[in-house]
Amino acid sequence: MKLVIIKYNAGNIQSVLYALERIGVEAIVTDDESLIRSADKVIFPGVGEASTAMNYLKERGLDILIKSLTQPVLGICLGMQLMCAYSEENDTSCLGIFDEQVKKFNPDMKEQAELKVPQIGWNNIFDLKTDLFKGLKENSYCYFVHGYYAAKGEHTIATTNYVLPYSAALHRNNFYGVQFHPEKSASVGEQILKNFIQL
Amino acid sequence: MLTKRIIPCLDIRDGRTVKGINFENIRDAGDPVELGAFYAAQGADELVFLDITATIEKRKTLSELVNRISHHINIPFTVGGGISSVEDVSVLLQNGADKISVNTSAFKNPTLIQQLAKEFGSQCVVLAIDTKLEADGDWYVYLNGGRVKTDTKCVEWAKQAVDLGAGEILLTSMNHDGTKQGFALDITATLAGLLPVPVIASGGGGTMEHFVDVFNIAKADAALAASIFHFKEIGIPELKQYLNEKGIVVRI
Repeated sequence: MKLVIIKYNAGNIQSVLYALERIGVEAIVTDDESLIRSADKVIFPGVGEASTAMNYLKERGLDILIKSLTQPVLGICLGMQLMCAYSEENDTSCLGIFDEQVKKFNPDMKEQAELKVPQIGWNNIFDLKTDLFKGLKENSYCYFVHGYYAAKGEHTIATTNYVLPYSAALHRNNFYGVQFHPEKSASVGEQILKNFIQL
Repeated sequence: MLTKRIIPCLDIRDGRTVKGINFENIRDAGDPVELGAFYAAQGADELVFLDITATIEKRKTLSELVNRISHHINIPFTVGGGISSVEDVSVLLQNGADKISVNTSAFKNPTLIQQLAKEFGSQCVVLAIDTKLEADGDWYVYLNGGRVKTDTKCVEWAKQAVDLGAGEILLTSMNHDGTKQGFALDITATLAGLLPVPVIASGGGGTMEHFVDVFNIAKADAALAASIFHFKEIGIPELKQYLNEKGIVVRI
């Protein structure tokens, strides 16, 4: 098993590496094309801002590389959002692997005044599909930190409710994305990472 | 639904937890990693490690500790204490901290919040405020672990800090801290209602009912406590069960 974490300018890479260590999986962090292409599994993490991250990927040709990968790829948080078609965050065209659009949470100031943006904390995921969630109960809790969300669409494989129901996870062909942080989601997150490794 | 969060706080000095902690099921309760892992397994939603190491030379110990914590703990954690620059934060985040908290240094140099938010994102910038209700009926900001009074009102500073990019407010009431008589519901409610970011209430939690009140009445997003967890006066699983029975959404 050769697992690669794509190295770029968007935080939390160490956390993902350590989480994999905890489940007994070694990974390498790299932006080298041949290493990424030859990996069995690829993780595309990310915390940060969409346009800055997309520019960085484009400058290095990583945008084209990621889209062309054929092994299982898991985008996490911003990584997942960048795999969508478009993000409202600074009007950014993204990779377009998933057709879904990324929008800003816009709580109704009367009805939802208590909902803060970004969403920070543990929320439940439901309508779980695919083996990524094998062994997990409906409404398991995962840790989220985000102000933008991917709308629900045909590629949605898990849903979460905050302001509105949105995509907690997406899947198309070999590509998977999760909005939450499995690396910080206690045993539920560890199960999801293990499931990804076994895909 | 997004849950309310329960956050144990561990005070660290020279890489060890302080306060007489007594857990017979932990090999070394003085080890922040062991204690943190214990709380994580008990269902804590996040952890806060507050470094009270006095000397700068010992700061390296902290980054090594943070690295060890992030290897072993599978929930988010915040590191605070003595952080005063972008470089300080960079080292801690590189070693795996999810968030950092700033207090006195940010008050003295508010642009620090802006710099940190720009460099690392608001989601990892927690502004800690120590506040005290004065005889004039207003809550004021205190610095240096509560030793230095300022003339700035808590609400004004919290608003300014959020405008500058603070992503969460960790609010400690000095009037309530250590009393076990309940959280400061009024100032917590004021900030929670006013600010667009989450408010973590701290200081005064002594019974499970106090947690119900801080969530239901004060609308806090999270509640932080130290000694009641360390001394096993309240267990996290029992607390969460109780909150759940009271209709408060928690992760169980």
